[in-house]
Amino acid sequence: MKIAVVVFPGSNCDIDLYEALHTVLGADVEYVSHKCEDLSEFDAVMLPGGFSYGDYLRCGAIARFSKVMPEIVRMANEGKPVFGTCNGFQILTEAGLLPGALKQNNSLKFVCKTVPLVVENVQTPFTHEYTNGEVINLPIAHADGSYYADEETLAQLEENGQVVFRYAKENPNGSLHDIAGICNERGNVLGMMPHPERAVEALLGNEDGLRVFKSLLTSGTVKTEGK
Amino acid sequence: MTNVRIYVTYKESVFDPQGDTIKQAIHALGHDEVADVKVGKFFDVQLDPTKKDISTAVKEIAEELLVNFNLETYEYKVMEEV
Repeated sequence: MKIAVVVFPGSNCDIDLYEALHTVLGADVEYVSHKCEDLSEFDAVMLPGGFSYGDYLRCGAIARFSKVMPEIVRMANEGKPVFGTCNGFQILTEAGLLPGALKQNNSLKFVCKTVPLVVENVQTPFTHEYTNGEVINLPIAHADGSYYADEETLAQLEENGQVVFRYAKENPNGSLHDIAGICNERGNVLGMMPHPERAVEALLGNEDGLRVFKSLLTSGTVKTEGK
Repeated sequence: MTNVRIYVTYKESVFDPQGDTIKQAIHALGHDEVADVKVGKFFDVQLDPTKKDISTAVKEIAEELLVNFNLETYEYKVMEEV
């Protein structure tokens, strides 16, 4: 499996994603510019955290118009694994690949800490190495991570099992239904505010995020048709 | 050229944390008459109405870029000739 990590102007977690996949897991992964118009050699694509285009207008709103985006949409539509963390999640919602939107935290603060999450859907290419209902700890670091969708969309997400990660104890940002990460109906596109790529080595204090990437590398054997 | 001001605000159903915080500060000043505060943003867009109808242009720009309809809504006002 060959994996692309997209680098937008203002991305700052691209190296973390690359190192988690390449150095820790030995995966075949390459950085790809936001200007790249051909991702045909890749089997999966990862959108990193950061502040693409300075968060101008809305987080992720300008990145949606990058030259690479039509290729990401194509891969999503073909059922290939597409992953976004933090700003990557915001980009996926702005691009319409995931429903809803991320808005400013209710506290108006940038929240940077490790929080407990419940894994609620283990049938995605990014979560099948976890067990259903398992509680893991992952770092969050964002000012605009409050998930919002209208009642009808929230009901659909719950009914289809599209809520993949939920804040387990406190809700750090005001996300509706305590949502920390969701997937599309098919299950191949996943966006989450927490940073699994920052929790992949015991030496650094936490490896609860490692199985997101292990799951991806073994996802060829997994059916990704939602819950 | 015509200057059009496009106002973007949260929908009524969406919690506006900045507006809520500012309301509390206004109350701290003693203004009990203030019931609510909403924060939004505006864009001053200069456009040439001979090239495209203003309402069509604003609708397209707002809906394709300036507004995220999951959260926000908009209105606009034609300001003056520039």
